[in-house]
Amino acid sequence: MDFLRKKFDEIRKPFNPGGKFEKFAPAINSIDTLMFVPKHNTHKGAHIRDGVDLKRVMVTVIFALLPAMLFGMYNLGYQHFSQLGESTAFLDCMIFGAWKFLPMLLVSYGVGLAIEIGFAIYNKHEVNEGYLVSGMLIPLIMPVDFPLWMLAVSVVFAVFIGKEAFGGTGMNIFNPALIARAFAFFSYAPQMSGDKVWVADASTIDAVSGETILGQLAAGAESSWSVLDMFLGYIPGSVGETSVLAILIGAAILIATGVGSWKIMTGVVIGGAAMGLIFNALGLNALMEFPWWQHLLVGGFAFGAVFMATDPVSGAQTEKGKWIYGILIGFFAIMIRVFNGAYPEGMMMAILLMNVFAPTVDHYVIAGNIKKRKKRLKAA
Amino acid sequence: MSQDIRVKKGLNIKLKGQAAMTTAAVSRSDFYAIKPTDFHGITPKLTVKAGDEVIVGDVVFFSKGNDRIKFTSPVSGTVKEIKRGAKRKVLAVIVESKPEDQFKDFGAANPLSLEKEAVLEKILESGSFAYVKQRPYDIIANPKDSPKAIFVSSFDTAPLGPNYAFALKGKEEAFQAGINALSKLTEGAVNLSVDANEASFFSKIENANIINVSGKHPAGNVGTQIAAISPVNQGERVWTVSAQGVATIGELFLTGKYNPTKLVALAGSQVKKPQYYTLSAGQNIKSLIEENVNVKGSRIISGNVLTGTKIQVDDFLGFYDNVITVIPEGDKYRFFGWLPFVGSSTIHSFSKTSFAWLNSGKEYDLNTSLNGEERALVVTGEMEKVVPLDIYPLQLLKACIANDIEKMENLGIYEVAPEDFALVDYINTSKIEAQEIIREGLDLMIKEVG
Repeated sequence: MDFLRKKFDEIRKPFNPGGKFEKFAPAINSIDTLMFVPKHNTHKGAHIRDGVDLKRVMVTVIFALLPAMLFGMYNLGYQHFSQLGESTAFLDCMIFGAWKFLPMLLVSYGVGLAIEIGFAIYNKHEVNEGYLVSGMLIPLIMPVDFPLWMLAVSVVFAVFIGKEAFGGTGMNIFNPALIARAFAFFSYAPQMSGDKVWVADASTIDAVSGETILGQLAAGAESSWSVLDMFLGYIPGSVGETSVLAILIGAAILIATGVGSWKIMTGVVIGGAAMGLIFNALGLNALMEFPWWQHLLVGGFAFGAVFMATDPVSGAQTEKGKWIYGILIGFFAIMIRVFNGAYPEGMMMAILLMNVFAPTVDHYVIAGNIKKRKKRLKAA
Repeated sequence: MSQDIRVKKGLNIKLKGQAAMTTAAVSRSDFYAIKPTDFHGITPKLTVKAGDEVIVGDVVFFSKGNDRIKFTSPVSGTVKEIKRGAKRKVLAVIVESKPEDQFKDFGAANPLSLEKEAVLEKILESGSFAYVKQRPYDIIANPKDSPKAIFVSSFDTAPLGPNYAFALKGKEEAFQAGINALSKLTEGAVNLSVDANEASFFSKIENANIINVSGKHPAGNVGTQIAAISPVNQGERVWTVSAQGVATIGELFLTGKYNPTKLVALAGSQVKKPQYYTLSAGQNIKSLIEENVNVKGSRIISGNVLTGTKIQVDDFLGFYDNVITVIPEGDKYRFFGWLPFVGSSTIHSFSKTSFAWLNSGKEYDLNTSLNGEERALVVTGEMEKVVPLDIYPLQLLKACIANDIEKMENLGIYEVAPEDFALVDYINTSKIEAQEIIREGLDLMIKEVG
């Protein structure tokens, strides 16, 4: 790789200190460090360092997202063609899905990274890798036909207000991807909810129904999908959220590598199941009667539990806190689902709500430790 | 009396070049240095000037803040130079050695038959009080304090750490005398931690509370042992003395001489034949390094790879250091090296985003690469795995960065020293300098609380 390194060193010359574009160094550095781990040596503290860095952690999350993304793309085509009664050959579905999804991905990354690099130049720090994950999450939690310009505006809002306003990566209170979705949801409701948006072209072709399972249930109808479809993901919904199987593969990657907290994931499932059981016992409407374990399969529950709730920055940061945080997310997600008829999905709201309370949860967990210390002082 | 501690958290990093249990001679150096920079927080008041003659044990400078704390020459010779840095800060007092050492006589005595003040006075006069450090703050103790306990760790779990049972072979009597002397200085106990997995003479030491410690690094750190036995509360003082320091203090009482020579391990993958050498604190290491080390492209560290200080070929052994580690410098780009699992066989990682954990017995030849760049604090839950204290490391670090004194107190700043956070330096994903942050936090506490 020496040739490539030399070529790149030539290209980046004007960006080096003293060069013409010195100010824009973070931009070129972000490309540089994407190709090569820089040759920085330790100059204080421990003389040796672990092989892990933030880029590796973030890329692990992206790898974990790939199964959900690939199935999501396939399912875009599958939902569209199957409702039209056309061939659902694998390749056709994939090409259709890619045609629909890749522009969303490009807009998300393009707009988001441009702002991140802009802020890095302005604040004179290096570009943090956080957006590599957010940028992929955002299109995965949007409906397929969401207009690209709206997506772009949502990304701008998420990065500006959701992240940089708080001081950038590591400082944000809310999960940036969910901020993008919440912004889109409240600003562009017709494109984000209802029964016309969850399958490609459902709003323009009458033969295509874009209703989700939760939508059907909220309207008082029975779910028309089999449990296997729910698990495998052959159902309408946001691009990446439908396949529990693909999400579980991602969860396995996150847990095995230790990148995602298994405590939060388990907590969410426990909380959701508990709330589902309570509602099953009450059984007042279709959503309450919907079996508790199927609640965990539909909507954004699994995706949120694995990829959204586990965001270490906006989530609880203490190990005990992670359990509480996770359980409450599951609890509220199902509660919001059942009580809020206008918006039969609770995961986004539940996670954003708990993002707000995560510092409080941590505060009380840490207060226990402080109390122990003070008690010891008194005894001494 | 003996107690057991099992340290469950932590990490052993195995490196190539562990010092063999053999010793080799090293010729007497021409120069020795007493470096105020070895003693954190001490402002030196010099008592010698260039051209003065000194013998071993003569005072070279004392602490401006406390004139009872003296620092003495490790060698007989002539003061050659007072090395100064910016703002005339004294960096080192350099002594050109004579071929033979003459020792100042502080008078042999049995510490057990002396009063506390007499024991303390002798230690202070000889300059060996520098070995007595205190928690909180990890600085040289104040002789006026009466510590609630004294802790001595007789083993080192850091990567390529020296084996004190070997290094102190033949000094068993001195070590016992040192423990006897220390037992006079505290109302509480002298706690001597010994490696539960290795039998040594330390277990048979009297006048000390023997603590059998097992577990991964930092099990051998006094900080870990204090936290488990007698955590430091606000206002309390615990003293700590290194094993080599105890022997030096003991020898003072046995012979009346201050003799800071010790067996020091020369270790690391760049060392031709890693083993032990007899060196004196402050000894110039040029000939030792040039004869035994591949100098080109190497980093020479006085101390271990986690807490040591980078030095040059013609530098001096640090006062507290019992190992000189030499490892390769990084200086290499790695194409797509940030991909998960890439480089698992050559680059150790605590994280499971590398396969290194599958091969925990492997010895690595690690270099000084940062393996990334500093980033915002994102990942949570990793620091807790290597800090076996009952504190929240991430939150404490953040409190230190924010200079929030009340929060630092609440979160346990009095219980920590930079070395307790050395593994956090190593494992943290964001490449933040945890030891430096803790040091600055402690310095702030000294200034504000004292």
